[in-house]
Amino acid sequence: MLEIHGLTAAIGDKPILKGIDLSVPAGEIHAIMGPNGSGKSTLGYVLAGREDYVVTGGTVTFESHDMLSMAPEARAAAGLFLAFQAPVELPGVNNANFIRTALNAVRRAHGETELDAVQFLRLARAELKRLAMPDDMLKRNVNVGFSGGEKKRNEVLQMALLRPRFAVLDETDSGLDIDALKIVADGVNALRGPAFSALVITHHQRLLDHLVPNRVHVLAGGRIVRSGGPELARELEKNGYGAMLAEAA
Amino acid sequence: MNAIVETGTAGFLARYAAARDALPGDSTLRAAAADAFRTLGLPGASRGRRSEAWKYTTLQPLGGMSFRSATVSRVSAMTELLADAAARLVFQDGKFREDLSTSVPGFARFADQPDFGELSWPDRDPMVALNTMLAEDGAILTVPEGHDAGMVFLIHDGTDASSAHPRHMIRLAQGARLTVMEMSVGQGCYLYNPVTEIHVADGAVLTHVRLQTDTTEAFHLATIYAAVAAGGTYDSFTLNIGGRITRAEIHTALDGPGAIAHLNGAQLLTGSQHADFTSVVRHAAPKGTSRQTIKNVLAGSSRGVFQGRIEVARGAQGTDGYQMNRALLLSPDAEIDTKPELEIFADDVKCSHGATVGELDAEQLFYLRSRGIPDREARSILVRAFLAEALDPVTNDIARGLLEAAVARWWEGQAA
Repeated sequence: MLEIHGLTAAIGDKPILKGIDLSVPAGEIHAIMGPNGSGKSTLGYVLAGREDYVVTGGTVTFESHDMLSMAPEARAAAGLFLAFQAPVELPGVNNANFIRTALNAVRRAHGETELDAVQFLRLARAELKRLAMPDDMLKRNVNVGFSGGEKKRNEVLQMALLRPRFAVLDETDSGLDIDALKIVADGVNALRGPAFSALVITHHQRLLDHLVPNRVHVLAGGRIVRSGGPELARELEKNGYGAMLAEAA
Repeated sequence: MNAIVETGTAGFLARYAAARDALPGDSTLRAAAADAFRTLGLPGASRGRRSEAWKYTTLQPLGGMSFRSATVSRVSAMTELLADAAARLVFQDGKFREDLSTSVPGFARFADQPDFGELSWPDRDPMVALNTMLAEDGAILTVPEGHDAGMVFLIHDGTDASSAHPRHMIRLAQGARLTVMEMSVGQGCYLYNPVTEIHVADGAVLTHVRLQTDTTEAFHLATIYAAVAAGGTYDSFTLNIGGRITRAEIHTALDGPGAIAHLNGAQLLTGSQHADFTSVVRHAAPKGTSRQTIKNVLAGSSRGVFQGRIEVARGAQGTDGYQMNRALLLSPDAEIDTKPELEIFADDVKCSHGATVGELDAEQLFYLRSRGIPDREARSILVRAFLAEALDPVTNDIARGLLEAAVARWWEGQAA
C-alpha cells in the first residue's frame, strides 16, 4: 500500500532523513520507534506534505500515487491521515465546522455528495459515543483550551470520521493515561481491515499492547536500523535503545 | 446642474459661494466653517503642513478633482439592499430620497429641521468644516425615553462625480434603544463626507453598525461624534471594504459614570486601497468602559491605518480601557500603520493597548490542508477566524449576516 524508497529530507540545510526504505502492505500496522531526534516526526510530516520539510531524494508511492508530487490536501483526499503529535489550535474555527469542511472536501474529491450540518452531526455524535468522548468537543474551537489528552482524542475523532486508508499516528499516545490510550487504540482498531494500514510512531510498548503491530522498525539517525516482529518492541522496552544502537553501529 | 470647473479646496469653496443663500440652517456657522476650510484645506492637498491627526492619510488625490452637487435621480447600486431593509432612510448624493425610503417614526430631514448639534469641531477638523459648509440634508433621528425603536437602515448611494456631505443627528433619550445599520454604496468616482452626531442619554443603548462597500474609486471620509451619559452604551462596528481612500474618524466622550463605548471594526483592503480608522475615546467620568478591537486584512499593496487615542480625565477613576489593533498581511507589499496613544490624568485606571501584525500561520494552514481542505478554502477559514474576534460583538443577526456576506464576497473577489 505504501512504499518508501531511499527517502531523504532536510529542514533548511540540515539533513534529517538519510535514506528511508519502508514497505507497509495493505491491512498491516507498522510501528516506528526510536530515540528523540531520530527523524520520526519528520517522516510523518514529509508523508503528509509539510512544505518546510524539503525532500532531497527518494520516492513515496501510495497505491498508484506518486505522493511526493501531491499537495497535502490531495494526499488527504487519496486517503492519507496524519495524527499530529502537537495538534494545532485554530482560534475562531468551530470544531464541528472544521471537521465537516474536511469531510466534505474529501467527499467532493471522491465525487460523493456533501453532508449537510444535520447529517454530519448525526454521524459525528455516533462516533463520539463510540469513542466515549463528550459531545461538547464539537462545539468548541479547534483544540483551543483543550488539554493534551483532549487534543489527541480530537485527532482520533477526525480520523474516525475521515476514515483514511492510511493513518500515520505521531506519538498520539504520549502523555495519555491508560483510558485515553485505549480510546486511541480503539480508534485505530475500528478502522482495521484488509484495506487499511497504519504507521504508528511511539516511544512506548504500552500502546502496542492494545494495537498489536505486524512489524516494528527502529529509526535512528535518519535511517531504519532494525526491523522485526512485535517482540522487538518488548526488547526495546526492556533494554533501551543504547544496546541496540551500539549493536547496529 | 452646477458647472464647477475649479478643483479641490477652491472648487468646494466656489460651490459654497454659489449655494450659500439656499442652504438650510445657521448661516453664520456655515460662514465660519467656510473660513476654517479655506485655512485648513484638504489634508495633504494644500500647501502647508499636514496635522498630526492626518499623519498617515493624505487627500492629495482629491485636490485635483472637481465634483458636482446635483442629484441625478436614478436607482443604482443599492436596489438589492433595499429588499433587506424594512425600516430605511435612503440618501443619494447627500439628499434624502423619500421615494426609496419607508416611514420611520422619530425621523426628520436636516433640510427641514437643520441641527448642527454641539459636539463637532468644524474649526479643527477640515472634513467637518467642509461638511458644515455644504451640508444640504441628513437624517435627524430622535428616540423618546424608554422606547425601543428597533432597527433602522441608513443607506447612502453615491453617483459618479458627485460630492455628498450629509449631516446626521441621532438623539436617544433616557433608557431608549436603537440599532442603526449604516451602509454606503455607489457608482464611479465620488466623495462621501458625512458627519454624524450622536447623543446617548442615561441608560440608553445605540448600536451602530457601519458597512462601507463604496467603489474602489470613491473617497469615503466619515466623522462621528458621540456623547454617552451615565450607564449608556454606544456600541459601534465599522467594516471598511470599499473606497479608494477611506477614513472613519470616531470621537466618543464617556460623560457620565459607568458609560460604555465599543468602537470595533475591520478593514479588508486590496489593490492600492487606503483605509484609516481613527478613534478618540475620552473618559470624562468615573467607571467608564471602552473596548476597541480593530482587525485589518490587507492584500495587494493596500495600506491600513489605525490611530487610537484614549484620554482619561482627572477624576475618571475606575476607568477600564482596552484597545487592540491586529493586522493580517496577505501580501508582502501591504502595509499597516498603528499609532496608539494613552493620555491618563487619573490614578485608579486600567488601560491597555496592543498591536500585532503577521501573515497567515503556516502550521495552521498545513493542519487544515492535511485534512483535505484545499489551500484556498483553508486560507479563507483562517481569514474568517481572524475576523471572528472583531465580528463577535455584533449580536444583531441581520447586521451580522450582512457583514458576513460582505466578507464572503470580498474573499471571493480575491484572486487565488
